[in-house]
Amino acid sequence: MATFHLNINGKKHQVDVDPNTPVLWVLRDHLNLVGAKYGCGVAQCGACTIHVDDVALRSCILPISQVGNQTITTIEGLSQNGDHPVQKAWLKHDVAQCGYCQAGQIMSAAALLEANSNPTDEEIRTAMTGNICRCGTYVRIKEAIKTAAANS
Amino acid sequence: MTLIKTKYNRRSFLKVSAAAGGGMLIGFNWLTSCTSPVEEGIPMPNEWFEINGYIKIGNTGLVTIYSPNPEIGQNVMTSMPMIVAEELDVKWDHVVVEQGSLDEDAFKNRQFAGGSLSIMRGWDVLRMAGATGRRMLLEAAAKEWGVALSDLTVSEGIIKEVNGDRSIGYGAIASKAVGIEVPEEVELKDPKDFTLIGSFQKNVEGPKIVTGKPLFGLDFKREGMLLAMIEHPPAFGMTVKDFNRDEIVAVNGVRDAFTIDISMDDPGFGNENAFPQMIAIVGDSTWQLMQAKKALKANWEIESELENSEMHAQRLKRDIDQGEVQETRKDGNPEAAFTKAAKVIERTYTAPFQAHNTLEPMNFFAHVTTDKAELIGPTQTPNSLRESASKLLGIPEENISVDITRIGGGFGRRLYVHYGLEAAAISKKTGAPIKLIYTREDDMTHGIYRPAYRSTYKAGLDENNNLIAYSVKGVGFREGAIFPNRFPAGAVDHYAATKLKSETNISTGAWRAPRSHFEAGAQQAFLDEVAEAAGKDTIELQLELLDRAKNNPVGEKYEYEADRYAGVLKLVKEKANWGAEVPGVHRGFAAYFCHNSYVAQVLDLVMKDGLPVVKKVWCAVDCGIVVNREGAINIIQGGVVDGIGHAMYSELKFENGVSTHKNFNTYQLVRHNQSPEEIEVFFVENDISPTGLGEPGLPPAVGALANALYKATGQRYYHQPFAIANQDQNAFDISRTG
Repeated sequence: MATFHLNINGKKHQVDVDPNTPVLWVLRDHLNLVGAKYGCGVAQCGACTIHVDDVALRSCILPISQVGNQTITTIEGLSQNGDHPVQKAWLKHDVAQCGYCQAGQIMSAAALLEANSNPTDEEIRTAMTGNICRCGTYVRIKEAIKTAAANS
Repeated sequence: MTLIKTKYNRRSFLKVSAAAGGGMLIGFNWLTSCTSPVEEGIPMPNEWFEINGYIKIGNTGLVTIYSPNPEIGQNVMTSMPMIVAEELDVKWDHVVVEQGSLDEDAFKNRQFAGGSLSIMRGWDVLRMAGATGRRMLLEAAAKEWGVALSDLTVSEGIIKEVNGDRSIGYGAIASKAVGIEVPEEVELKDPKDFTLIGSFQKNVEGPKIVTGKPLFGLDFKREGMLLAMIEHPPAFGMTVKDFNRDEIVAVNGVRDAFTIDISMDDPGFGNENAFPQMIAIVGDSTWQLMQAKKALKANWEIESELENSEMHAQRLKRDIDQGEVQETRKDGNPEAAFTKAAKVIERTYTAPFQAHNTLEPMNFFAHVTTDKAELIGPTQTPNSLRESASKLLGIPEENISVDITRIGGGFGRRLYVHYGLEAAAISKKTGAPIKLIYTREDDMTHGIYRPAYRSTYKAGLDENNNLIAYSVKGVGFREGAIFPNRFPAGAVDHYAATKLKSETNISTGAWRAPRSHFEAGAQQAFLDEVAEAAGKDTIELQLELLDRAKNNPVGEKYEYEADRYAGVLKLVKEKANWGAEVPGVHRGFAAYFCHNSYVAQVLDLVMKDGLPVVKKVWCAVDCGIVVNREGAINIIQGGVVDGIGHAMYSELKFENGVSTHKNFNTYQLVRHNQSPEEIEVFFVENDISPTGLGEPGLPPAVGALANALYKATGQRYYHQPFAIANQDQNAFDISRTG
């Protein structure tokens, strides 16, 4: 066990956990931030995607000991009022079916647009390939990203 | 004018009372026919017979609709309340939808159990409840003002005098409407007057989903709750002997470890079990439990044969001739007709086991005390869980509550209740509230799988290339993927269909559009090959057959309506501009009827770097009245992606009883870069009561893909997954690549 000081969604947190604990479980079990989802535990599905200093990472394989001073953003902190351009576009295109993967999809999409404000279809496909949607909402995800790109 | 009764055998379908905090509360039985989560042949779950839906008309005019339907992503939490709101005549933005629980009141209305409600479908019940509310509110206003009902009109929750100035909102009159006697029958709207039904409405939980609110079972927390994980035997055919308990309870954060057994003498509906005995570990945090699982050293005992995929292929090959026959149909004399035919085509199709892989793994909260149990989590069949939990725990059903969370994917997997029972068994033994969580590996290797199938189709053409004989026989574990009375039954003079079963000790069950997803792909690929042999356009061949079925049907009744079937073929043909050839674009067509809905699809693909890319899929759908157009399009699109993905990429193999695929690094699910680039959906507009949408979009996609792949590669696709399997007709049962 070790103590870690974290900056998550602009707030400071302190946790006392095994240094190998993935950030996902620190968020979900210790800090009650359950927006990032568990889907596979091996960085294959993207449901757990968060931002670490604006880069989209799979929190299920990121040990808490590697976070250091970097800031963490989760879906809960992506915007104050759920009005990030990507979130708004997700609602406009009514993307979700079961909704379980969508927090991860949104976090990947937001990071993509942060790095590339006007991605091509091909760039969207490549960037989003790490996020599985079992309900198959990929067509809407692509359209929503294009809308968000136009509005941000 | 359509009238609907509110009573049956003098018993009311409705219960009206004053709402807490003012206003009116209408309780009714909220059926689930629009969702069709249960496949044909499985008994109707008990929960369909209870009062479990409520409409609250508050004194502010805000209408709250409590929808008890499990929401697995099919969007019923939006579409079904829309039906109520349409007949109630309220503005959609004055409606709030909440997930209702299985209310305790349900037990006071057990007299509803039985067949009485089966005469009505969910569509009618929801309409009746809304229309009754509207009528009672109108009557209350008429009484208040001393006028006749015919002097009043209502629109968007405001009641007005036809020849006067007075008007009143639902909120202001709701408390008085409680005193009005429930009318014996009420008038329903003419579908032509629908304003909300058929419109595009967003998912009511969208804002919560995009902000990461705790909606799902995996997100559920209770003060003092412990976490639990299970370790099931590594192979089908094995059971637990013992394990290193002392070492496990010494792992940091572990509170206890023990074996549980959820087997019971008389398992009810949905009580399929992959492994009734397993090891459970209880502790403080998920990560610690995952470490404890790694430290497990268990001894397992072999109880029955450890099976593998080659064995499965051999059994299916044997049992397509020797298996137990489950269902047949025969018209004319197919054997003689095949002998006389100028051309005979025979093809065999296969598909492997598949997992459901809901993205939210199985999980459940349980708090079991000596005489009570509280169960909360993602289940499609809460009442089945309660029934089985009662047997397992020895606690009467009325002391067991089951609440449903939002469900991170169903696809049939959460019809089965074992994980809720496991949670209950763990809580009982621990004496504490616990939440059971499966790892992905637990989830994928502890399945109630889509079984492997094998079907052989045979067609006979006469010298004029008319289809004179058609036969199909199909075998699967538990059930063959054959529907003897579906198309082309009724359309061919000499017809035979035989459904057979084979045996396995691997647990199998319903998987989105059970059996239909395989039958559609195989049948539609076969008919495409037959059309080619006959020198006919594939759509024209099927239209000819449908014409025959309609005008001069062969044999006993068949399941589909030939007109509606032909309708979707013609619609997709027109919308996709079928027949127009674009260089480099390869087109496939397929259609299918299941869950009372008709879907036809045209799929365009191109080859890029040697791999197929699906450019666009056109879908023509006849599901009767479309309730929520937005949600309907979304679910059809999802079905197309699901169908393409599983036919193309997914398979589960077994070696020595062990699933060789354990996570998404080896089990391939369709990803963004493999998804169609565009999917356009068209509906046949009619006034027929709505039918299933969650499943019918999937099956034709398999056939349309196979047929487009053939155009692109010159190779027919018989064996799933298309991207991996050896397509040789003769080689599939011996060796598989990949």
